[in-house]
Amino acid sequence: MLRKLLPHPLLTLTLIIVWQMLVNKLTPGNLLLGLILGLVIPFVTAAYWPNRPRLRNPLAIIEYTAIVIWDIIVANVEVAYIILFKSNANTHPAWVTIPLDLRTPEAITVLAGTITLTPGTVSSDVSACGKALLVHCLDAPDPDAVRDQIKDRYERRLKEIFE
Amino acid sequence: MFVEILISAGLVISGIFGIVGSFGLIKLPHPMMRLHAPTKATTLGVGGALIASMLYFGLIERDLSFHELMITVFLFLTAPITGHFIAKTHIHRNENKDSLPETGTARPWATFDHPQQEQEQPEQQS
Repeated sequence: MLRKLLPHPLLTLTLIIVWQMLVNKLTPGNLLLGLILGLVIPFVTAAYWPNRPRLRNPLAIIEYTAIVIWDIIVANVEVAYIILFKSNANTHPAWVTIPLDLRTPEAITVLAGTITLTPGTVSSDVSACGKALLVHCLDAPDPDAVRDQIKDRYERRLKEIFE
Repeated sequence: MFVEILISAGLVISGIFGIVGSFGLIKLPHPMMRLHAPTKATTLGVGGALIASMLYFGLIERDLSFHELMITVFLFLTAPITGHFIAKTHIHRNENKDSLPETGTARPWATFDHPQQEQEQPEQQS
């Protein structure tokens, strides 16, 4: 019964918090409206989310976020350097296949998003069985190194969080 | 004074990365490579401006606002999806099975996977 009314408790909590931040003013009325939205939206969209993603280690999310933000800054500078100072003949774009150990769709989505957000790599496609990811690199003289870095830096940590 | 320097630094950084991203769009030769350039404008470019705005309203106007945080979150949620759409369009139009690397699995990349094939060899999804 409770499961039917509250299919995704974490989504409900997120929606309430996001609504408070959007209106930018904490009043009982806003809190009530946020609560109504937080109850109605997960209920209406429950059919699209048949499973609850399980978080095994929620605290690791903080570490993961910090690492990703740091990598975004570093990679931004690297790509700016490539654009400004490297000749086109000297940059080596490459497609890289990344075999996935992750199996939950949510974890793969987060990994693909992370790869795209860190500039210099864009995740472009997934294999039909969901076991490999196609990534395009702006400048990768050594594609194997890119693959190993993504697997070790992001995928290993996501595996700790989700699986 | 110190806060003002921080705010100016944020604005200058965002401006620099914005212009480098736009310049990359002109300079890089290949559509997939050009896709990399504007990702800078959305991360550090917009991020710098948002941090500057947050510092200004939080510390100088004394009116802390969460809107900048929300803009960052929504940008980070949507930027990979637009990037993925563009990449997928490019694969449909300009690439074929042989120009991309192997998947290393039994099935091809999702873009080239035909629904009929799926019926022939059903694979259970976890």
